[in-house]
Amino acid sequence: MPEAAKIALSCRVNGRDVQAEIEPRTLLVEFLRDELDLTGTHIGCDTSFCGACTVLVNGRSAKSCTLFAFQAGGAEVLTVEGLARDGQLHPVQQAFVDHHGLQCGYCTPGMMMSAVHLLAENPDPSEHDIRKGLAGNCCRCTGYQNIFKSVAAAAKMGGR
Amino acid sequence: MYPRTFAYHRAASLSEAVRMLGQLGPEARLLAGGQSLIPLMKLRLASPAALVDIGHVPNLNYINKTNGGFAFGPLSRHAEVERSPAAAQIPILHDCAAGIADVQVRNWGTLVGSIAEADPTGDWAPVLLALGADVVCQGESGERTLPLAEFITDAFTTRLLPGEIVREVRAHRPAKNSGGAYIAFKRCAPVYASASAAVQLTLEDRVCRNPRIFLGAVGLTPVHAREAGRALEGRAIDEKTIAAAADAARAAADPQSDQRGSAEYKRELVRGLVTEAIRAAARRAAGQPVEVAHHYA
Repeated sequence: MPEAAKIALSCRVNGRDVQAEIEPRTLLVEFLRDELDLTGTHIGCDTSFCGACTVLVNGRSAKSCTLFAFQAGGAEVLTVEGLARDGQLHPVQQAFVDHHGLQCGYCTPGMMMSAVHLLAENPDPSEHDIRKGLAGNCCRCTGYQNIFKSVAAAAKMGGR
Repeated sequence: MYPRTFAYHRAASLSEAVRMLGQLGPEARLLAGGQSLIPLMKLRLASPAALVDIGHVPNLNYINKTNGGFAFGPLSRHAEVERSPAAAQIPILHDCAAGIADVQVRNWGTLVGSIAEADPTGDWAPVLLALGADVVCQGESGERTLPLAEFITDAFTTRLLPGEIVREVRAHRPAKNSGGAYIAFKRCAPVYASASAAVQLTLEDRVCRNPRIFLGAVGLTPVHAREAGRALEGRAIDEKTIAAAADAARAAADPQSDQRGSAEYKRELVRGLVTEAIRAAARRAAGQPVEVAHHYA
C-alpha cells in the first residue's frame, strides 16, 4: 500500500508548542507515546474500551486511542505528565498516593485524567457522580473502591 | 499503526466537504467525532481510502430551537446535548445523551454521526424515532429532508446517496401532556446496549394517546413495536395494559444471539425495559419528574 502524504500537525502538549509531520492514520495516543515520548498515557485495549489512554483535549476528556492526532490540531492537550507543577503533585495525584488508589498502576494515568476532568466540571461530586465519571475507565485489578475514595479525597482538597 | 493508510482532506465548510466527497468517490468517508468510525478503522472493519474531516469547520456545533422542535448540527456532541435546553425540556433526550457509552465518548461523539452510522445497537435512533425526527441531507445538487423512519433502511445502511452528508437532524417537539423515557441494558458503560426501549406517549384525561415504542439492538434496524402501542392506545395506563404492551414488545423483538446474550435473554430484557420505560413515560406525561438510568450488568 502506498504511503499517504504526510500532514502537518501543530498543537500544544502540556504547555509546550509541538509541530510535526505525521501520517494521517496516526492515533493521538501513538503521537504522544511514539513521537513525543510521553509514555505515561497507556494503551490497555484495542477497542476504545478501557480508558487507560485518557487525556484532555481543550479540557475535554478523550480516549486518545480513539482520536486521530490531527483531531487535536490547534488544541491544548494535557497528559498525565502535565499534571504535576514545579515538582508538586497535582491534588488528584496526591490523593491517589494517600488513599492507595492504585494496585498495578496501569489504568492510573487514565483514571487520574478522568478524575481531573470530572472535578473541573463538578467540583463536589457525589459517590454516584464519581462512579459515572469514571465509567469509561477500566481497572483490571478491580481496585475501584480506593480509586473512588481517592477522587472523593481530591475533591475535598479542592483538587482541580 | 492500527488503521490502513488513508488520504486526509480537511474541509473548510460543509459545501466543500460535499464537493470533496463527490470528487473522492464512494471509498471516502466523512469524519465528525469519529467515535464510531475510528474503532471500526482500528479493527479494519472499515478501511476508507480517504477521510474528509469536518471537525474544524466552524459553526456546526449547534442545537437550535425551531418551530417544530430542536435542530442538531453535525458537530453537536452527546455531552452538549445532555446539558442543552432541548434535553431539559424533552427528558427522553436527556436519558439518551447522558447514557451513551462513557464521558470520553460523549465528549466527542455526535448525535448526527450516530444517525448517519445507523448502527443497529446505537442509542439515538430508537429515541429519535419515538419522538419523530427528520434528517436533512446535503448533496451537490442541494438539500432534501427525509423522515428518520425512512432514512434508516438496514444495519449500517441509510438512504444517504454517494456524496451526500447529513447536515442536520431535527427532533419533533412532543405534544402537550406527553412524556417519554429511554432505558437500555448494557454489560458496562463503554459497550453498546444488549437491548433498549424508547417510549413516548401522551395522556388525555389519563387515557394514553399516540404511544410510540421503539426497541434498539434487537433487530437490524430499530424495531417499531406497533402492537405494543396498540395495547396502550385509548386505554388507561395500569399494570394490566403495561403487561400487555410489554408482552407485545417482546414478541416484536427480533434479536440475534451473540456475545451480549442469547436471543431469548434479550427478549426478556425487552419485556422488562419496556415495562419500566412505559411507567416512567406515563409519570412524566402526568407532570412528575422521574429520573431514569440504564441498567449495567
